[in-house]
Amino acid sequence: MSSRDIILASIRANLPKLERSLPAVPKFEENAPADLVEAFGKTLTRMGGRLVTDPTDDLRVTVRGLLEDSRLVCSAAPEIEGELDVAAVADPRVLADVDHAVVRACCGVAETGSVLLTDVDLKVNALAYLAQHLIVLLDPADIVVNIHSAYARPEFRERRYAVFHSGPSATADIEGVLILGAQGVRSLSVLLVPRNPIGFDQAQGARPVQRLV
Amino acid sequence: MTSGTEGDRPDNAKPEPQPRGARHNGNRPIDQAEAAERFLAAPRHQQQHDTRLWTLRQRRDDQMWAMPEWEEMRSLASAIKEHTLSHLDTYLEMFEANAKANGVVVHWAKDAAEHNAIVVDLLQRRGAKTLIKSKSMLTEECGLRADLAKAGVEVVETDLGERIQQLDDEDPSHVVVPAVHKLRTDVAMVFASTIGSDPNNDDPPYLAGAQRDATRPLILNAGAGMTGANFLVAETGAVVVCTNEGNADLCANIPRLHIVSVGIEKLIPRTEDLAIFVRMLSRSALGSPITQYTSHFRGPRKGGEMHVVLVDNGRSERLGMEEFWTSLKCIRCGACMNTCPVYRRSGGLSYGATYSGPIGLIIDPTFNARKYSNLPFASTLNGSCTNVCPVKINIHEQIYAWRKVLVRQHETPFVKRAAMKAAGALFARPAVYRTAVERTNDALASLSRFAIYNGLNAWGKNREMPHPPAETFHQWYFRNRGGRP
Repeated sequence: MSSRDIILASIRANLPKLERSLPAVPKFEENAPADLVEAFGKTLTRMGGRLVTDPTDDLRVTVRGLLEDSRLVCSAAPEIEGELDVAAVADPRVLADVDHAVVRACCGVAETGSVLLTDVDLKVNALAYLAQHLIVLLDPADIVVNIHSAYARPEFRERRYAVFHSGPSATADIEGVLILGAQGVRSLSVLLVPRNPIGFDQAQGARPVQRLV
Repeated sequence: MTSGTEGDRPDNAKPEPQPRGARHNGNRPIDQAEAAERFLAAPRHQQQHDTRLWTLRQRRDDQMWAMPEWEEMRSLASAIKEHTLSHLDTYLEMFEANAKANGVVVHWAKDAAEHNAIVVDLLQRRGAKTLIKSKSMLTEECGLRADLAKAGVEVVETDLGERIQQLDDEDPSHVVVPAVHKLRTDVAMVFASTIGSDPNNDDPPYLAGAQRDATRPLILNAGAGMTGANFLVAETGAVVVCTNEGNADLCANIPRLHIVSVGIEKLIPRTEDLAIFVRMLSRSALGSPITQYTSHFRGPRKGGEMHVVLVDNGRSERLGMEEFWTSLKCIRCGACMNTCPVYRRSGGLSYGATYSGPIGLIIDPTFNARKYSNLPFASTLNGSCTNVCPVKINIHEQIYAWRKVLVRQHETPFVKRAAMKAAGALFARPAVYRTAVERTNDALASLSRFAIYNGLNAWGKNREMPHPPAETFHQWYFRNRGGRP
């Protein structure tokens, strides 16, 4: 008998004698905040992230303002072109020197200040962890009320990798002292940018790409 | 995640040596009380530990009060877990089929030895010499690190607390915050002798930074990565991992090979069920609305491999224990530990077992009823653990039930049995009991401190006895209501 069969047989012999049906799970959206963007920003800030609500008309300028003294910028967001083409990266270790990574989120979650990123958005999953700082573009229209509403999205059935980022990498393992940048990114900035800013499509074609440098 | 309590200490004070955990003596019962006494004898450690964990408990309460649906969520979480566990065979097969369809290789391990052998084989076939790991209580339970060392594989823990414990050759003392029993001075000493940090610098950001810099090259050069799992979703084949450091995502997303070690009780049926647990896990554990990272792995990356090892190691047998099977609902949030007065004052290492605190008291005896026979007595039965449990495990009732089982099996020491027998005789005779209570109250009021606070009175250790009332309830009732004494 294989271990699989031994384990399943042992489970069947020991199953608790009770009938518990699987309950329906409500969405708990009755107490939703009136302003989802405000609620999202408040929780994100609490989690150690930063919400950038006042982008200039020029996305390039706004993103550049977040870069500080960055040496290498890598973008997986369709609107921004960085210095390293992430789509061409075969070995994630190549990303170890990236200072700032830019990526577009599928959605945001007001309850937890989270952004949802997937393998399709990141192109190379490690980008969101090896970079020193992460800049996430989020369409305010993509913010949902809570984790229940987020889990109704198709990404959790369709993508191989989906992750909620709720602030930067953090630890409080030494005497409870909070430290940002434990193993992953040292900062997370969420930039509210609609997916198709008015004027972009007409001026620059179907996929507006902005070179940062 | 906000900053916690900082252990204040005078700058010129010498570091207090770290009290070590329970002494192991083969299969002899662990003496939790002895190790707890040594912890209590280190006041700076004890105070930092107590304050830090109580802060977590208070933050958990803040989150709970801010969520009107909290109690409804607890009931749902409990019902989902009980449903899944009573159909565990079906959901395991469903998970296996969906994970396979996603390109994941699924392995089954009856026990710790088989789990470790599967992992060693996976690594050796690919020539992997270094394994980067995120925190997993299951791999602690299986003693994986020792078996990998024998096979010539170096393991690098990537969670800061777990790495501190690994470098200090000590077990984790808490399921969520593995080094919570250590002071910054202890960490500075460990890092100075292992990763070469400045022994005189115990500033936490400096220490965390030193560890980040030392670990990054190990992560980049590792041959394989391993994570545990907080949840498995049967309908999608997803493996869900929650961390604050993002270290599980580094382990899973950089080396070609990602191995997941997970206990069979971690299953839940649907993605919508996951919402309940993700909303409660970090709120219960640390009082934050969610962990910084909640990752869902459904399949290998392009060009990568993903393996899931489903581990039984006594769990299927526990499922058949009528009084104790609901302990399998546990999601390892640690809320019961943070609230427990015994745990907060004795430290997780005093339990001498993989799982410490209230949840440990009811799980550990299933692994070894003799070695852990004293543990169910390390509780005041105040029930706080049960009240904070997000999946409604009746922890304190199970602790009491284990006492009965262990006494029946004669797994309790003679002194405890004799004391219990004497108490039993006393409680069985009301008149004798009343006389005894009157005499005890008189004695407590008049005896010297030495007579009360000596080694024979366990209730007088490290705490003040209550002030005896002027008269017993029966004396008061007789005086005021004229009843029969």
